[in-house]
Amino acid sequence: METALVSGLQGLFAGIMHLSPGHVIMLGIACLLLYLGIKKGYEPLLLVPIGFGAILVNIPLADLMGKEGFLRFFYDAGVLTEVFPLLIFVGIGAMTDFQPLLENPKIILLGAAGQFGIFLTLLLALGLGFDKLDAVAVAVIGACDGPTAIYVSSKFAPHMLGAVSVAAYSYMSLVPLIQPPIMRALTTDKERQIVMGAAKRQPISKATKIVFPIVVTIFASILAPKGAPLIGTIMLGNLMRESGCVDRLKSASENEITNIVTLLLGLCIGATMEANNFLRAQTLLVLGLGFVAICLDTAVGVLFGKLMCLLTGGKINPLIGAAGISAFPMSARVVQTEGQKYNKKNYLLMHAMSANAGGQIGSVIAASVMLSVLQGMGIVGG
Amino acid sequence: MDTWTFGWTLALIGMGGTMLVLWIMSLLILLIRKIFPYRADASATKKG
Repeated sequence: METALVSGLQGLFAGIMHLSPGHVIMLGIACLLLYLGIKKGYEPLLLVPIGFGAILVNIPLADLMGKEGFLRFFYDAGVLTEVFPLLIFVGIGAMTDFQPLLENPKIILLGAAGQFGIFLTLLLALGLGFDKLDAVAVAVIGACDGPTAIYVSSKFAPHMLGAVSVAAYSYMSLVPLIQPPIMRALTTDKERQIVMGAAKRQPISKATKIVFPIVVTIFASILAPKGAPLIGTIMLGNLMRESGCVDRLKSASENEITNIVTLLLGLCIGATMEANNFLRAQTLLVLGLGFVAICLDTAVGVLFGKLMCLLTGGKINPLIGAAGISAFPMSARVVQTEGQKYNKKNYLLMHAMSANAGGQIGSVIAASVMLSVLQGMGIVGG
Repeated sequence: MDTWTFGWTLALIGMGGTMLVLWIMSLLILLIRKIFPYRADASATKKG
């Protein structure tokens, strides 16, 4: 009887006995993510499930990421197969209006410049000793595009998925704090005051809006076949939106499917944040490099804006270059706010929205080009 | 392939490739707009 009592009590307290300092630290970090999501409103749709997933996976002996754990089931089914980020892309496509881009297509080049941080960060990561594919996964945080970062990371560096995703979503929500100092440092007062005038609303036909996603999918996928899943899913969502004949599918994509997948994806990301995986010096490096990547994106975008300003004889306000990243429409709003600080009559929003829509496509194209070049170099299989 | 050859190759082709693809895409948009121009009276014509 005495032995049975002792064994029973041992079973009851086994969790406490196995609680390591690492678990305690991770539970603290998980609570911090929950705090940032709930109290501060930083990407709550993602940070709340990520934080809770991180709590669940750091409960000793619960083994939720073990062979039969329910988190492992969702991880294997949705993250390892890359299905979750792709489903999110369908939703993003269904929610995105590319009209500003179709009205002003030249601005799409700012969306390319806004991705250069990815490639510059790749060099930094390699310099810091990251393995080739790990460096690719870290660099893609610079896409400033959560699903793209998750897609690439789960493909090439699943062990870093937690750190990469947390960095990508945290910095995206911090864009209003990260971008303005860089924009101010790289532009003169005179440049910031350039009035671009009211954007000429170029009417776009319905046929153009329908043909656009089809043409982009065919053209970009042929040029960068490894990126076809990324381009194809976002454009499928957009085609459903613009065709106007599949409202139920469009509505399901932007609501039910996106909501369910966001919940499961967040939990799965949190589930990769187990103490032994996450508490490494490498995680700090990933967070640091992610920050650098987004700063570089902004800097190159603004510098490219300055170049366009020069080439057009001062008709383009370089500030809109900062909106060439994928954080839509947050980055465009930052540009509008900054522009109005220096000239109250300056309305840069529509121009910045064009650049921002270009950034959304740009991030997907940059990742697609990267994947195809990696395949061409024989670093990843066909 | 050594690390730096890999890094510089991917960075240069990546930046150039992204810029090139998006530039061609901007031309495609202009072409699509030309093929399918906006007609303000399209709906009115249908009704009439």
